[in-house]
Amino acid sequence: MTATIQKDTESILATANKLRWEIGEDFHDSLMEAIYEDAAAISEKTVTLPDRQPKFDLERTIDRMVTSRWLGFPIMFAILAVVFWLTVQGANYPSQLIASVLLDKVHPALKILAASIGTPGWISGLFIDGGYLAMAWVISVMLPPMAIFFPLFTLLEDLGYLPRVAFNTDSIFRKAGAHGKQALTMSMGFGCNAAGVVATRIIDSPRERLIAIITNNFSLCNGRWPTQILIAAIFIGGVVPAQLASIVTAAAVVGIALLGIFLSLAVSWGLSRSVLKGEASAFSLELPPYRPPRLMQILYTSLIDRTMIVLWRAIIFAFPAGLVIWLVANVNIAGTSLAEYFIHWSNPFGLLMGLNGVILLAYIIAIPANEIVIPTVLMLTVMITGMHELGAGSGVMFETDSIAATGNILQAGGWTLLTGINLMLFSLLHNPCSTTIYTIYKETKSLKWTIVSTILPIIMGVILCFFVAQLWRIFTG
Amino acid sequence: MADFNKCETCPAHNPGNLTRLGINMEKFDFVVALAGNPNTGKSTVFNKLTGLRQHTGNWPGKTVTRAEGGFAYGERQFKLVDLPGTYSLLSTSTDEEVARDFILFGQPDVTVVVVDATRLERNLNLVLQVLEITDRAVLCLNLIDEARRHRIQIDERRLAMELGIPVIPTAARSGEGVPALLQHIHDVAVGNFICKPYRIKSGSRELKQAVEELGAKVLEQFPDLPNARWVALRLLEGDQKIIDAVKNGEIATLIRDNSLRPSSKNLQLEAR
Repeated sequence: MTATIQKDTESILATANKLRWEIGEDFHDSLMEAIYEDAAAISEKTVTLPDRQPKFDLERTIDRMVTSRWLGFPIMFAILAVVFWLTVQGANYPSQLIASVLLDKVHPALKILAASIGTPGWISGLFIDGGYLAMAWVISVMLPPMAIFFPLFTLLEDLGYLPRVAFNTDSIFRKAGAHGKQALTMSMGFGCNAAGVVATRIIDSPRERLIAIITNNFSLCNGRWPTQILIAAIFIGGVVPAQLASIVTAAAVVGIALLGIFLSLAVSWGLSRSVLKGEASAFSLELPPYRPPRLMQILYTSLIDRTMIVLWRAIIFAFPAGLVIWLVANVNIAGTSLAEYFIHWSNPFGLLMGLNGVILLAYIIAIPANEIVIPTVLMLTVMITGMHELGAGSGVMFETDSIAATGNILQAGGWTLLTGINLMLFSLLHNPCSTTIYTIYKETKSLKWTIVSTILPIIMGVILCFFVAQLWRIFTG
Repeated sequence: MADFNKCETCPAHNPGNLTRLGINMEKFDFVVALAGNPNTGKSTVFNKLTGLRQHTGNWPGKTVTRAEGGFAYGERQFKLVDLPGTYSLLSTSTDEEVARDFILFGQPDVTVVVVDATRLERNLNLVLQVLEITDRAVLCLNLIDEARRHRIQIDERRLAMELGIPVIPTAARSGEGVPALLQHIHDVAVGNFICKPYRIKSGSRELKQAVEELGAKVLEQFPDLPNARWVALRLLEGDQKIIDAVKNGEIATLIRDNSLRPSSKNLQLEAR
């Protein structure tokens, strides 16, 4: 049976081979030509185009501007800056509002409730001061910026602006030896790196796809935007006059995002000239027509599909992280908590990089989700500086009424402008979150490339922060 | 101007008792594939029919894997598969393979090709390739509202005659034409409408003869193959995956394994 199948199929393949010789090398081209010819003929018979093109074509004019050699990039940066500015400006007030409810009202109520039914202190500490507060903090600090940022981003997507970004950046990516579509996956990464990594499936060549996966982490994901925005508002917006603060803050965040794009290109360039050698492959990108955005749909997609899903993820990770934070801050060995041991041990390394031990520990605890870095940092800082009257007690994540109050805590913890800048840099350059790491493994099926994607940004972050710190200390004495 | 279809775009309008089943599709009578160039609104059509909210966005290449959903119409259950957008079925990129393999081996009962009415000529290239593979197809002439806005007129009856399949102008975003689309998907699926798909006519005589000769030979060995002509085309082109599939006789089993019934087996023909 098997033998006959083999024999018969051999004859099919032999015939195919013979015929292939007869038709010649250009079979593919002549087939495509035939298809195009037929398509043109059918379209000729059925489509009537308007008699004359209008003198002024708005779409074409806009396209010329946003993809122009000179204006394309400035327009792109301006749009980005406006989006961040709106996010920074709009998020502060609702954040306070949510915080005042979840933290000032619900949290004490929960504590009183727990005490009244006789819950042991460590249980109410672990779950209410640890888990609940971590969740509440994540909601109040993340929900407002996301609810502003995502609709704006979805609006750009719905209008058709993203492919124009890819069009603008295509030649740069090609020069870096990467695929032009990497511009699209990079843009996806600005939302979520795990989504960006999955989106690299649109890149065919495995070499270019790997480059896109490894460099996707250089796109600030939404878990890191709040960190960037908050730290920029405290340390960079704080050193300029108040009326300029939000503009300067937005500019600083755009600066970090641009640095990410630059590093993305630089690393792509390095990889494509070393371990992932090869030529960039060509592709065609269709610039879709601008479509009138559907506002309701945008609100729905961005609020339900994006904001809520991301928020849910943050909450799921925040709760156990809150438990861990409470435990490391409250489990004592010889009178010193586990967290303090680690912080004292790692502080010299942190300071060498212009950071501190608190930040390093926070980044370890926050591996599951970048979103909880800032709450963790605040909690640990209060514990170390002994500012107990400010917080709700040792190892309790707490809210701060305003950005200024957060700034006071951090400054009491010995933070300077350098710490702020380096935290922003380190937030850009550290390991991807555990979801992204897992996604990279699933997509590449390679332990080696997963490790590379994880370790490479950390090494870069450590080196960059180290040099910035040394330069800073030289210039500021 | 577009006021003549107020009924269709009204949310209360429900033709043929369309029931959107979302991902709830344990049993179904027919499998419908959604194919088309990138950015023609496939996912919007998909969402309209299934009630799902597959993420839509105005950029090409957004759907990277296939999405599945279901709907019931006229007492039949349909399973709808949204394929990644492709310009062609003849190249060998990953996203195109997903679409190609599904139409070729998944044997959908109906393949709906979604085209952009404002770019019909370019979109027809894919339509003609799909019609080479399958006999049962429906053309969804989407974004017809945009075509109107650009004052492009399309003679859809003539187009239907030329292609030998139903052609339905739609504006999926607003719901215009969706009832007619459903009706025609249904008709083609149950066999009320017999397609006479257009087959590529141009090209050199050698080419056509070669396809005929090889196609006959393939059909002789694998009489169950619904699209021997396409397999012949791929063999002539030297597609290694199809050559291997023929060599080890897998081409026959591929069809059986991937015909998605009764259980939906994942169709990633693992790229080795």
